[in-house]
Amino acid sequence: MSEYLILIYENEAGYADQDPALWQQAMEAHGKFAEQVTAMGAKILGGNALQPTATATSVRGDVVTDGPFAETKEALGGYYLVEASDLDQALAIGKLCPAPFGGVEVRPIMEFPEG
Amino acid sequence: MTDPRAVSDAVAEAHRREWGFVLAATARVAGNIDLAEECVQDAYGAALEAWLRDGVPRSPGAWLTTTARRRALDALRREQTLRRKLPLLVEPLGEGEMPVADEITDDRLRLVFTCCHPALAREAQVALTLRLVCGLTTAEIARAFLVSEPTMAARVTRAKKKISAARIPYRVPGAADLPDRLDAVLTVVHLLFTTGHTAPVGADLLRHDLVERALDLGRVLRHLMPDEPEVRGLLALMLLTDARRDARVGPDGSLVLLEHQDRSRWDGAAIDEGIVLVSELLRGSPGRFGLQAAIAGVHAVAPSWEDTDWPRVLLLYDALLVRWPNPVVALNRTVAVLMVHGPAAALAEVERLEADGRLSGYRYLASTKADLLRRLSRDDEAAAAYRQALELVDNDAERAFLQDRLAGLEA
Repeated sequence: MSEYLILIYENEAGYADQDPALWQQAMEAHGKFAEQVTAMGAKILGGNALQPTATATSVRGDVVTDGPFAETKEALGGYYLVEASDLDQALAIGKLCPAPFGGVEVRPIMEFPEG
Repeated sequence: MTDPRAVSDAVAEAHRREWGFVLAATARVAGNIDLAEECVQDAYGAALEAWLRDGVPRSPGAWLTTTARRRALDALRREQTLRRKLPLLVEPLGEGEMPVADEITDDRLRLVFTCCHPALAREAQVALTLRLVCGLTTAEIARAFLVSEPTMAARVTRAKKKISAARIPYRVPGAADLPDRLDAVLTVVHLLFTTGHTAPVGADLLRHDLVERALDLGRVLRHLMPDEPEVRGLLALMLLTDARRDARVGPDGSLVLLEHQDRSRWDGAAIDEGIVLVSELLRGSPGRFGLQAAIAGVHAVAPSWEDTDWPRVLLLYDALLVRWPNPVVALNRTVAVLMVHGPAAALAEVERLEADGRLSGYRYLASTKADLLRRLSRDDEAAAAYRQALELVDNDAERAFLQDRLAGLEA
């Protein structure tokens, strides 16, 4: 088994109006996602949603600037750390992961040799 | 003592035919592709000497596989930790144990599917397939795709690193993913073929080597997956297209269009083989490669350009556009429209494609339009379109052809 980070990139405008119905829908989608991942024999090790990029502050060296590290149309909005048998299973998880206003990036976690 | 010439020929032949097979079988023991490649390289090196001394073995592939696997096992024994660090592909076999036929089949397929995994960029898929399945050197691949050797080496290294870091699995995909994954494999093989068939840049219209490799791969896939219609379709398409190889280039190296080709110079044996595959295909429901093969088949059996069954070609293009809504297909279809409904109808289709915009900068759009305008005697517009096509072309033979046409209009 290997670990992968599923990074959820979405257009924040999609969630901007704070519509409770939309919120409810998203919560249910993520709940269902968690069940599906377990059902396929993989594991969610962790994960979180992030506050929008308007709340971000960047630090480069000693310089503190407001805003995210890079301005992009689709911003990092959340992540899951998962354990999967291989990239194919990780990609299958990525396909299931809810991201209605964008998509996800699947990155293998670097493993360091022991000793 | 065996004849040195015969031995080096046998090694070269084994390299061409068996590299992918030997590598795939060795990768199973070695546990990672880099070690496997090194051991296979060593085995080919050892073959030259051993076969000179003992004669060429009856099954060179089996000899090479045994030798490469033994080296891999030795290396693993020397460096026990390697297997823990690189668990990819590990499935150790005992020494001297040879895989049974089904496993060999599987190994080679796994290798192909790994090289063409969708997590790798298309250009990396192509490079890895040539390197790992066909055994081409990085320098050879770089030459074929007109990039520098360091660039190609970096591309191959990056791809291999991704396979191991991201744990791209070494296996044939399951039934659910197979159609998409197989399509990627076939696309890579077809890309090799078309790159060889029409070299995009430079003086050589044909790069026989790539064409031969693509045909070899097509045959291997057909052997490994005999029931997949698209595998059959791709092989048929390549055979029927390549059958015209000798007639495509004039004595002065110039391009000869299908319309003007000397059909007696087509390769009858390749056509027969392709036609058998096509007729098998048409009994089922052919996919995009199968339909393209069927179109090539109609041309292959036609006595002349004029006496081609154009309504059938048009029908097949319509079916192809449904399966594969691609603007290049739509452009090729306009030739059938021309032959069935005349140049005005064909021009209307071309102008529609022009408005669509997806083909802007595509050299064959301008040259097709030029040809239709020429047929409609709209000479000034035709000349302008030829000039536009000339700006986009980068193959010497095609450039000469367009200049010739333009000169004819301006005379």
